[in-house]
Parts: sequence; structure tokens; C-alpha cells
Amino acid sequence: MRKTVFTKILLVATLFLGQFTFASEKDSEAGNHGKDLKTEIKEYITHHLQDSHDFSLFSYTTDDGEHKYVGFPLPVILWDNGLMVFSSSKFHHGETLAEVDGNYYKLYHGKVYKTDAEGTINYDEEHHATNVKPLDLSITKNVVMIIITGALMLWLFSSLARSYAKNNGVPTGAGRFFEPIVLYIRDDIARPNIGEKRYGKYMPFLLTIFFFIWFLNMFGMTPLGVNVTGNIAITFALALMVFLITNLTGTKDYWMHQFNPLGDSMPWYAKIPLYIILVPIEILGLFIKPFSLLIRLYANMQAGHIVLMSLIGLMFIFKSWLGSPLSFGLAFAISLIEVLVALLQAYIFTMLSALYFGFASEEHEHEHEHEAETAH
Amino acid sequence: MAKLLEEFSLGLFFWQTLLFGLLLFLMWKFAWKPILKAVNDREDGIKNALDAAEDAKKEMQNVTADSEKLLKEARAEREAMLKEAREIKDKIVADAKEQAQVEGDKLVKQAQATIESEKKAAVADIKAQVANLSVEIAEKVIKEELSDKKKQLKLVDDMLGDIELN
Repeated sequence: MRKTVFTKILLVATLFLGQFTFASEKDSEAGNHGKDLKTEIKEYITHHLQDSHDFSLFSYTTDDGEHKYVGFPLPVILWDNGLMVFSSSKFHHGETLAEVDGNYYKLYHGKVYKTDAEGTINYDEEHHATNVKPLDLSITKNVVMIIITGALMLWLFSSLARSYAKNNGVPTGAGRFFEPIVLYIRDDIARPNIGEKRYGKYMPFLLTIFFFIWFLNMFGMTPLGVNVTGNIAITFALALMVFLITNLTGTKDYWMHQFNPLGDSMPWYAKIPLYIILVPIEILGLFIKPFSLLIRLYANMQAGHIVLMSLIGLMFIFKSWLGSPLSFGLAFAISLIEVLVALLQAYIFTMLSALYFGFASEEHEHEHEHEAETAH
Repeated sequence: MAKLLEEFSLGLFFWQTLLFGLLLFLMWKFAWKPILKAVNDREDGIKNALDAAEDAKKEMQNVTADSEKLLKEARAEREAMLKEAREIKDKIVADAKEQAQVEGDKLVKQAQATIESEKKAAVADIKAQVANLSVEIAEKVIKEELSDKKKQLKLVDDMLGDIELN
């Protein structure tokens, strides 16, 4: 009991601490540079939403205008006619060029570009950089968070697994909290959507993806300032896995449904005009389903971060006794909603994945009836 | 869409796929498999225990039913035995009564017969004694009567008179 109260306090404390670190930074930056505060906040939000090559906890500006970053650098791994590994501290947060084996790299808007010795960035007419982008396989902040989340999950759930063996099938500690969730995913997501017989093989994926998304969403709420699940590459990778699993485990009936959606309900010559429209829609549906997953998660998390950070930013735009507490209260309320959204999005992703797996692994209905008859 | 594509980082995608695949494998091997197995085992255990309890309950019910049946049977048997005993008793009493009646009747009859025979004997005796007495009296009377001539004649006359009347 004491432990949970402590955890709550810690959670609330970290949430607020995070908001204050963002806050002090913006304030000082705006004051010293004389930049428009709104632009400053907007840039800060954009920067936060992006992945980064170093793990900065917070940054501030000294009185003589020097940026100080508190955090630690991460390894940069580039493939540019050979593997190159160096520390991101060489970039000095984008302020300097990194010289590796005679090549010069510049960090520009969170991306690594190959430049000449002067660090010139060439732009096209839409102000997009046209420099060569080497294949960037760096261990970025998001990758670090993925590793941390993975390690956390592994530790949490393998200790839960061990507690069963030790405790004669009764979970202990945090397992008491997580076991009902595992059971919920099994009994209320996998079983009804996939079916009693076939849900087993999808369980590891569904459980992993649920906790992975949930934990990362929750990490997004911490002042670490990570936005992993709001990153399109992450959601794309997750959706791609759902897509692959759906279609690789698809049964004959599933594929029959894709290419012959009406079945034997009408003669073949009647089906032709319908199928000209129906089959492409079905095929398109194959891709739209996982695509909706990837956009939904991305957009929800991204939007949540933008709204929350904008509200925090508002405090410093108002700078009044009325407006600032108001936007603080609003930010607090939105934080609470975001905690709910974090869980909800993980649930929706898992739920819909289970639904798609259910479609794919569905056996023919007649067989079901037959089985049901023989079973009785 | 263009913004999304620009945001897309191949490196992050690569790491995510790799790490998630690894995580999936490790979680499957070290977490989900034992967890789901433990949970299933536990559920099976609970189900079995419930089934066993149900069986025990049924067994208990059977035993109770059996004992109740036995009790009922015993009670019925007792009833039957009591009834039989009563019947036997009644029969014995009835028999005894009947026998007593018969015996009594017999005795009465015997007594009556004895009385009758005694009576007959007595009557016969009395008759005999009366006859003797009569004869003696008659003898005496006749002796007396015949002691006197006149009287003898008178008697003869009377007798003759009687005969005429007849």
C-alpha cells in the first residue's frame, strides 16, 4: 500500500518537474535571444516531437547567452560507403560539424546531412535540404527508449512469470496489477475476436504490442520528453508487423473472401461487373486496415503532445495571474486525459490487430457448424 | 503526407523492427509462455477443484440419499415387524379365546351331560324309591284293608265302579 502511494507521488512529481524544466528553458531562451516567444515555443514543440541524436534531459541558457544541455550523448551510426560510428557529442547539438574519416556531417533539423568542410546546406526552392543523407542507423533517443521499455517489460513480466513458479500460481507484487491486464487481453480481446481455438498463437504478439505501446505512451507523459509512439517510423513498423502477421497467417477462406467476396451466392457472369469494383476495394482494404492503425496511433500521440505542450507554453505567453493558472489547470486536466489516451490507444491498437487476425484466421462457417455438431 | 514522409526515419524503423522482433521473441520465451501456462494451469486447477467439489457434493448427496433410504427401509421393516407382532398377538389372543370358548363349551356340555345323567339317575332313583315306597305303602294299605272283610268288599265294589266308569 505504501509502495503504491509512493509511486503515485513520484509520478505526479515527475510530471510537474518535467513541465517546469520545459518552462524555465523557454523563458530564459526567449528572454536572452529576444526572439518571438510564440516562435520559440513552436520550435521547441516541433523539436520535442522529433527524434533526437542525444538524450537531453533539459537545457538552459547561461547569462552570457551560452546554451547548456544536461543529458548524455548517444552513438551515431552512419552507413556512408562504410560503417561509421561516433558519439553525437561531436555535433554539439547541431552547432558544429562532425568530422569522421575526412567526411563532414551536419545535424540539421534532427537529421544528419553530409556536407563540405564549411557545413554548407543547399536548399531547393521549397527550402528542403538537398544534401546527401547517409543511411542513419543511430541509436537515437527513441531507440534508447525502446530498449529501456523492452528491458522494463522483460524484467517486469519475466519476474511475474517466475513468481508463479515460486508462489504456486499466485502472482506477487506488480504482477497482481499486470496479471488482470494480461487476462483481459486474453479473455476480452483475443478470445472473442480471434476465436477460442486459434487465439493462442497470436497471444504473444498482442500482449507484447499492448504493453509496448502502453508503456511507451506512458513514458511520453514523463518529463523525459520522449515521443516514441508519436513517431511515424515506429507506428509504421508496428502496423507493418500487424499487416504481415495478418496476411501470412491468413487461411484459405480469408483469401477466398478477398478475391471472391460474394462466394457462391450468384452465378459467375453476374459477379463479374460487381467484382470489378468489389475486388479492388477488398485488396485496398488489406492495406487500409493496418494503415489506419499506424495513422491513428501516430496522430493521437502526436496531437496529445502538441496540445499538452502548447498549453504549458500558454502559461508563459499569458504571464498573468489569471491566464497562467488557467492554462496550468488546463494542462493538468489534459495530462490526466492523456494518461487515459495512452491506455486507450494501446487498447485500440491491440483490439483492432486482434480483429484483423480474427478475420485472417477465420475458418469457413460451414466447418464451424459441422464441428459444433460433432462436438455435441 | 509529404511531412510524414520527411519525418519517416529509416534508421528508427530498422531499430524498431529489430528490437521489437527481439522483444517479441524474448517476451514470448521468458514471459508470455510461462505466464499463460501458469494462468491456464491455475484455471484448469480451479476448474478441476470445482468439478471435484461438485462430484463430492453429488457423492455426499448420494450417501445421504442412501442413508435416508436405509433409514426409511429400517423404519418400514420395523413397522412391518410391529404390525406382524400385533397381528400375531391378536391371532394368539383370538385363538386362545376361541379355544377357551370351545373348551368352556365342552366343559359346560360335559357338565350339562353329567348333570343330565345325574338327574336321570336321581330321577330314576327317586322313581325306584317312590315305587318301592308306593309298593310298601300299598302293601301296608292292602294289608290293612284286607284285614277286614267289609273293607275288602268295599274295595272290590269301588274298583268295579271305576271300571264301569271307564
